[in-house]
Amino acid sequence: MDILYLLLPLSVVLVLLILGVLGWSIYRGQFDDLDQEGVRILEQDQDEPTTLP
Amino acid sequence: MATNRSAAYNDTVVRQFALAAVLWGVVGMAVGVFIASQLAWPELNFGIPWLTYSRLRPLHTNAVIFAFGGSALFATSYYVVQRTCQTRIFSDALSSFTFYGWQLVILLAAISLPMGFTQGKEYAELEWPIDILIAVVWVAYAINFFGTIGIRKVRHIYVANWFYGAFILAVALLHIVNSAAIPVSLTKSYSAYAGVQDAMVQWWYGHNAVGFFLTAGFLGMMYYFIPKQAGLPVYSYRLSIVHFWALIFTYMWAGPHHLHYTALPDWTQSVGMVFSLILLAPSWGGMINGIMTLSGAWHKLRDDAILKFLIVALSFYGMSTFEGPMMAIKTVNSLSHYTDWTIGHVHSGALGWVGLISMGSLYYLIPRLFGRKTMYSVSAISLHFWAATIGIVLYIAAMWIAGVMQGLMWRAVNPDGTLVYSFVESVKATYPFYVLRVAGGLLYLGGMILMLWNTVMTAVSGKAATMAVPQTLAHA
Repeated sequence: MDILYLLLPLSVVLVLLILGVLGWSIYRGQFDDLDQEGVRILEQDQDEPTTLP
Repeated sequence: MATNRSAAYNDTVVRQFALAAVLWGVVGMAVGVFIASQLAWPELNFGIPWLTYSRLRPLHTNAVIFAFGGSALFATSYYVVQRTCQTRIFSDALSSFTFYGWQLVILLAAISLPMGFTQGKEYAELEWPIDILIAVVWVAYAINFFGTIGIRKVRHIYVANWFYGAFILAVALLHIVNSAAIPVSLTKSYSAYAGVQDAMVQWWYGHNAVGFFLTAGFLGMMYYFIPKQAGLPVYSYRLSIVHFWALIFTYMWAGPHHLHYTALPDWTQSVGMVFSLILLAPSWGGMINGIMTLSGAWHKLRDDAILKFLIVALSFYGMSTFEGPMMAIKTVNSLSHYTDWTIGHVHSGALGWVGLISMGSLYYLIPRLFGRKTMYSVSAISLHFWAATIGIVLYIAAMWIAGVMQGLMWRAVNPDGTLVYSFVESVKATYPFYVLRVAGGLLYLGGMILMLWNTVMTAVSGKAATMAVPQTLAHA
């Protein structure tokens, strides 16, 4: 089962990468104001078609 | 001119992919109904090699997963990433390239699969030149998507984008590792791996294709289009964040459950089974989060057919993410594996979750893309919903009964140790359920054809709309 020597390290590296991205998003303030973020997509007046010149 | 262009969203590519999704949906599902009929009435291959089940089955799976599902994912991800980042897409040229490149992949698949060119790997059948084209298109997609995130005008990256982003990166990795092959001619290649090693790579790919292509991508749709259609924020935004991270941490490890009781080492099978069981938690967290978005506004479900599509899709997501971990338990798997129960499970996820969430999202998108308030016919959406739902129930109920029956017949042993039933007896007993499945598939396909008609009428009676990027930025 030599393939496990590829797939297992690959999966471990992935988990470390995912941890890195999670750390980045926490410390860069992605999750600082979670009460507002869910509402914001509804506030944007983006669905009314506006024809541009 | 340049300022004008960046003041508007690029919806051309969204329109192209949305229309392609509807068209390929009809084609892929029609092939599905045809091969389902072949299982009940084998004469339907008319003795023509191109029409045999073995060649059309990969055409069906590729068409519904990559042509229909893929186009729906491209359309919605391009729409959502521009809206939630409040910026025009990173590159118009890359957008066009991904559209025409992806359609070329579909076209080549539609030609090469019936001709019998295949790598023989489930959901990764396409031969190596097409695999390379897929990789190139996918890299362009990744640059375009993450480029748009990079130039976003809103600091926070909305949760739907996290799901789309994980889907794009994971599929790139899976595709490249699993498609590694040594070509011997333009239309023939051999896998870089052999035997059980190859099987392990294949199902590492296969399971994660389900996890990232058919789950994470469509969860991106769910987290945008359910709140928008309901006019309510997602039930718990915090839970959606937990859902995302928990799901991507656990999914990668569950693949071995496709290889229970094979030459794969026993401990590897057990690891796969345990991770499959753990997956139930994040999956149901996400499902409950989506459905509870309607908390206090359940009445909306009564009159809004689009919302019915989206919420019933989540119910099927919950059902199949419960059924999946149960089937990954080795004792259950010894009954269910190689039977039609697996086919029923896949279609409860594919028709119920992937199909309905895509249709609901497209019904939300298409009128807006053509400058209309609603689809051409709102009652046709409702009719489509009921045809599709009844079709799914017929399909999966038939396959459940057939699958459990086959499993029990195959394992039945006489006191003297001989088998009670020959294989062909189990095939004969399955016949009525194959016919029932065709009926369910026909209903589902009928709904999709109705959607195609409705889409064409909406496009013809509307006009391609250009939507402005909002200029007031709350959180620059």
